[in-house]
Amino acid sequence: MNALAEALRLIVTLDADLFEILWLSIRVSLIALAISAVISLPLGTWLAITRFPGRKVVILVLNALMGMPPVVVGLMVYLLLSRSGPLGWMGLLYTPTAMIIAQVVLITPIIAALSHQVIENLHQEYRDTFYSMGVTGRRAIVAYLVDARFALTTCILAGFGRAIAEVGAVIIVGGNIDHLTRVMTTAIALETSKGNLTLALALGAVLLTLSLLVNALVIGVREYAAKRQYA
Amino acid sequence: MPDSLLPIRIRNLRLIKGDRAVLDGVNLTIEELGITVIMGSNGAGKTLLLRCLHGLIEPDQGQITLGNLTVADSRDQQAMVFQHPVLLRRTVLQNLAFAVPDIAKADPQQLLAALDSVHLADRANQPARMLSGGEQQRLALARALLSKPALLLLDEATASLDPASVLLIESLVKAQSKRGTKVILISHDQGQGRRLADEVVFMSGGQVAEQSPADQFFTEPRTPVAEAYLAGKILF
Ligand SMILES: Nc1ncnc2c1ncn2[C@@H]1O[C@H](COP(=O)(O)OP(=O)(O)O)[C@@H](O)[C@H]1O
Ligand SMILES: [Mg+2]
Repeated sequence: MNALAEALRLIVTLDADLFEILWLSIRVSLIALAISAVISLPLGTWLAITRFPGRKVVILVLNALMGMPPVVVGLMVYLLLSRSGPLGWMGLLYTPTAMIIAQVVLITPIIAALSHQVIENLHQEYRDTFYSMGVTGRRAIVAYLVDARFALTTCILAGFGRAIAEVGAVIIVGGNIDHLTRVMTTAIALETSKGNLTLALALGAVLLTLSLLVNALVIGVREYAAKRQYA
Repeated sequence: MPDSLLPIRIRNLRLIKGDRAVLDGVNLTIEELGITVIMGSNGAGKTLLLRCLHGLIEPDQGQITLGNLTVADSRDQQAMVFQHPVLLRRTVLQNLAFAVPDIAKADPQQLLAALDSVHLADRANQPARMLSGGEQQRLALARALLSKPALLLLDEATASLDPASVLLIESLVKAQSKRGTKVILISHDQGQGRRLADEVVFMSGGQVAEQSPADQFFTEPRTPVAEAYLAGKILF
């Protein structure tokens, strides 16, 4: 009970350590999300509206990657960035950049697969009309992205939720170094194992709130879109 | 007006679905401007024929030429209004702008005039998919007409719409035809056929059974199947 009260105090007094960790978490995940969105949204759209040999395989791989355990992603990125790895010379292991890379690898397949499904449905509906109006290529891709904007926003939010709540990958490539690569999830894991429940509980509460906010946002976006028949 | 797409010549068109010829050697020549109404019972192949003409389906056999163009080369001079209008998840006005980006940039006033012509001027900034069925189809027609097509295709575009929308759409189609756009329209509605048709093409079993001037078709159809259809003996 004491730990809980103390945890609350950390939050309401804007404890410096806690906010450093929170801020790093959000920064890493937002940057990862931005990079991932730029890759995954056009990729998902392109996969939905073009037909080429091997397309099914790409989609299959994407869906398989979507379910990849975060620790495996962490391990792969670790091998890539470790001193003897192909990108070892960049010295990125145990930096926030390494965590961003891991999260990008983790959520890009998710957002791409989700957006692929969204755009595929829209394509079913629009295909004949776009063909009739001579809308093809880049113009079609942009139009699909614009018209699916609300559904895609919820895909992106799902990606953010996954990125910020994930622990397995970032602890491997980030190393959970105090003041450098310690994010909410890794801090919770560490503090709990040390028996320091105060900070763990405070961070847990913040993480939970954040995830509730993301979910509320998803619902809000859905309702806004549905009300305008834009869903 | 752009180049005429006439005459439209359809030669021995065959389309196989599964093990059935759903278009079974369609031969049809359309020489004149005006409104050609395609009639025939359900499953006769009307929609598939129109889709072949528009390039949405590749036939398994046969040729289509429009003037001296192929289907592919004539596509940017064609416009089609589908039975169920597909509108973008944008405002009414944005739907028009998307269809004709050049006009939207050079002369946006034209878009407003187009909306006015389908009585949707006061809905310009509303989400298009919030419109009623009749309003959506009117918007789809305005969108099709903005591209100033030489050939306008309508596939049961007024089926199940409110009477006011039906009449408005009919009068706009008629006016467009007078301006030199060739219109080919599929309809199940004999009243509509009588109001609009200059000639009637009657389809049955994946073939053209009869092609007659409208006044003749409705008074003295030459084929027994058309006669039965007009008498309401073939249920669609
Ligand atoms: N994709 C398809 N696969 C199999 N059969 C089809 C397909 N599309 C249409 N058909 C069949 O072709 C026939 C003609 O269809 P259609 O042109 O839509 O008829 P209608 O004259 O009512 O417009 C129908 O019997 C229909 O069931
Ligand atoms: Mg039909």
